[in-house]
Amino acid sequence: MRWGVIVFPGSCDEQDIYDCLKHNLKQKVEFLWHKDRLNGKFNCLVLPGGFSYGDYLRCGAMARFSPIMQGVVEFARKGGLVLGICNGFQILCEAGLLPGALTRNASLQFVCRHVFLRLEETDTPFTRAGKKGQLLKLPVKHGEGCYYADPATLERLRKNRQILVRYVDGKGRTSPSANPNGSLDHIAGVCNEGRNVFGLMPHPEDAGEKILGSEDGLKIFSSVVAACDKREKRAWPG
Amino acid sequence: MARLSAKPYPQPPVNGDIVASHGLSGEEYQRIVKILCREPNYAELGVFSVMWSEHCSYKSSKIYLKLLPTEGPAVIQGPGENAGIVDIGGGLAAVFKMESHNHPSFIEPYQGAATGVGGILRDVFTMGARPVASLNSLRFGRFDHPRTPYLLGGVVAGIGGYGNCVGVPTVGGELFFDESYDANILVNAFTLGIAEKKRIFRGKAKGVGNSLIYVGAKTGRDGIHGATMASEAFSEASEKRRPTVQVGDPFTEKLLLEACLELMKGDCLVGIQDMGAAGLTSSAAEMAARAGTGVELDLSRVSLREQGMTPYEILLSESQERMLLVAKKGREDEVQRVFDRWDLDAVVVGRVTRDRMFRALFNGAEVVRIPIAALTSDAPVYHRPVERPQSQDEVQKLDLEKIEEPKDLGAILKLLLDSPNVASKEWVYRQYDHLVRSNTVVVPGADAAVIRIKGTEKGLALTVDGNGRYCYLDPYVGGILVVVEAARNLACVGARPLGLSDCLNFGSPERADVMWQFSQVIQGMRDACIALGVPVVSGNVSFYNETDGVPIYPTPTVAMVGLLPKVERYVTPWFKSPGDLVVLLGRNREELGGSEYLKVVHGMVKGTPPWIDLKLERAVQQCCLKAIEKGILRSAHDMSEGGLGVALAECCISGPEKTLGVRVELREMMRGDARLFGESQSRIIVSVSEKDLSRLREIAAKEGAPMQVIGEVGGSRLVVHPLIRLPVDELKSIWSSSLEKRLR
Repeated sequence: MRWGVIVFPGSCDEQDIYDCLKHNLKQKVEFLWHKDRLNGKFNCLVLPGGFSYGDYLRCGAMARFSPIMQGVVEFARKGGLVLGICNGFQILCEAGLLPGALTRNASLQFVCRHVFLRLEETDTPFTRAGKKGQLLKLPVKHGEGCYYADPATLERLRKNRQILVRYVDGKGRTSPSANPNGSLDHIAGVCNEGRNVFGLMPHPEDAGEKILGSEDGLKIFSSVVAACDKREKRAWPG
Repeated sequence: MARLSAKPYPQPPVNGDIVASHGLSGEEYQRIVKILCREPNYAELGVFSVMWSEHCSYKSSKIYLKLLPTEGPAVIQGPGENAGIVDIGGGLAAVFKMESHNHPSFIEPYQGAATGVGGILRDVFTMGARPVASLNSLRFGRFDHPRTPYLLGGVVAGIGGYGNCVGVPTVGGELFFDESYDANILVNAFTLGIAEKKRIFRGKAKGVGNSLIYVGAKTGRDGIHGATMASEAFSEASEKRRPTVQVGDPFTEKLLLEACLELMKGDCLVGIQDMGAAGLTSSAAEMAARAGTGVELDLSRVSLREQGMTPYEILLSESQERMLLVAKKGREDEVQRVFDRWDLDAVVVGRVTRDRMFRALFNGAEVVRIPIAALTSDAPVYHRPVERPQSQDEVQKLDLEKIEEPKDLGAILKLLLDSPNVASKEWVYRQYDHLVRSNTVVVPGADAAVIRIKGTEKGLALTVDGNGRYCYLDPYVGGILVVVEAARNLACVGARPLGLSDCLNFGSPERADVMWQFSQVIQGMRDACIALGVPVVSGNVSFYNETDGVPIYPTPTVAMVGLLPKVERYVTPWFKSPGDLVVLLGRNREELGGSEYLKVVHGMVKGTPPWIDLKLERAVQQCCLKAIEKGILRSAHDMSEGGLGVALAECCISGPEKTLGVRVELREMMRGDARLFGESQSRIIVSVSEKDLSRLREIAAKEGAPMQVIGEVGGSRLVVHPLIRLPVDELKSIWSSSLEKRLR
């Protein structure tokens, strides 16, 4: 299968994602430049973390206007898999591909630490390799990761089981101290209704090897690999 | 360049007041007149004032810096370039430097610290290295000083705000509080990058006729005379200096970093240097000096942020995120193409000349004409008066018999763990992205950070250390201790030192007592570097850290880099499993001078710093390193502020998972407070499984390192028989909440 990692001006984690996919999972990966049009067939597009356009406006608000984003939106509409991590999640929300918004951390400070996530749903291409209720240890590193959605949207997210991961403690329980940014309902990541677009604040690419303290991030990427195998290596033209 | 439309630019007249306001002495002014064989004009005066400032010229420190050892088998580039470089094998090199940003950070903490990070990042990537790790060393006034929380919050947010955005992990650092820094905080920033040995770039304006290309952000009026500001002491008027602090734009820095590294893959670049202190002036002059050439700059071509800027302002602006490149003649388009891709300005602003002159044109007319040598190698060098202050004897007097030993040493341990100097620094480092680039193996909070080098089996360990109190009590011994502690921290994770970078933070060099401290510290550092075989490859000097005539403690800080041939062998400070034996490498001595205990409990900074024997130090470090290389050690932790008591507690509580207890018995006959909280050097607490004890004994005997088994890991209490018996979870809660509680 073929992955595309989009590079915006100010992206920081594109190399980490590239290395994790290429070296840990032996995947075919290429970088896609924000000024280009999306061109070629891909199984999954990844929007990396970082500070696109410096995030001087709202996080992700500028990047959604990058030339490549038009192709990303079409790709997603056709059912292509799109994964947004951290700033990538923020961009997907700004682009209207995911519901809700990410606001300033409740602490008003940037936070970098390992957290536990509970896998809430496994019937998506991003979580299928895991078990429901399974804990994943991943790092967060962001200043604006506090998830918010209006009550109606939240209700819809719950009903459609779009909340894929929640922040929990080491025993799998939600609590204010296990929630690093004050996210509504402890939400760490959500998917769209079509379940082909997923955004999360924690970084699976920084938890892909034992020497980095956790391999749990591979669960997300290998889910995508398995899903694409299952879909008979179906790739969506960009 | 065209001079047809030459319009003379009217410059203000130069008089005595203007000379004085530029921080130049009467003698220095006469020297300028002699060099030029005429009076300088206003722009030239400005150029001299920044290039001859203490910050840029090292005029008071130069004669001492020569004493430091700068060579070694791994050294590729020593001091004198933008950063130092050491060989790490496999065709790769580590490029690193530490620099101070003390003055601006005190005036405007967020931007001062942020631009400190920006500057040091540019110093590293200008040499062709991709920055992969940063550290910082911070010193603030006492915690209950009204400005301390504001300054601390601003500096930490500024470092994070900049470093996080550029995508370089901040993997470690140190943080210290003492009233000595009430009115002069210290912000020292360090960055390390990895370069291919074959593709190292230097700041040289080689090749007559080659183009000087200005890239990056536009030039504004910010930071004019920043270098001069950093070369004078503070007074009440310093608040008014806020406009001399630059404003950082990490997004532009990130683009500049990527664009420069992309350009460096090709072969059109001849030389490159960051525009740091003294901006365009110093980068152009220094590059020409290194290459033995001259430069001609056309200031009318510089892209400006605002209209109406004068040549004086363009030459002295310290606007951030700018670089000066020297590209091969005829290849300018290639540079342009790369910078266009990253939406950055790239403008040809001049050329390399044969005449060894620094010349600047404005609207076709020459406005500056100064020999390059006058600005660089021939700048003034001072042999400042040096005198040991008489008060030094008084400072060193400490009669232990007059210091009452507290009855409840457990309560004292809790007090020390609560001290901001000892407590967990998680409140700080969780605000820094310490993981980006997915290389961080040992995160902040250990003796040293460890990053792996992708594509190899190797790792690098990094630490930054300093102790102003020791240097105040005895600057020579203090200079030794800062170097040996850094090396010991590397030994504790299993890394052998490759080199160090230093920031030498002192008061005014115009004071004989400060210069005595400076010369003593340098000699101490030199002796330690030679004994441990660690070269100094880069660094900087920050004088004038004093306010209203009171200097800070002499505070050299040392960032040391070490190599782990096999990164997976790294060791961390915390205990691993019950039943492991706790072993003390080194010896406890009855001494309390300069200790955190003496300060926190008895309110004193007195005595002499801990005794040091460099041979013993080396033996202990070698023993630790060899045991780690043989895979014997389960944990290793250096003893520093708070001594054995605090170090043992940290072994129990600093792990990322659960806490572990320990039971220890100490045999030496000495007073309890010295035994627990004395800061004797050359000591490391290690833990081993019982089966490996005999192998550890063999290694210790061979290296000549004293060792004794002092206890065993297990239970839920920290027990030092018969002095202390406390639940480790209680200690952890005190230690981990101290900073947050105070900042709430």
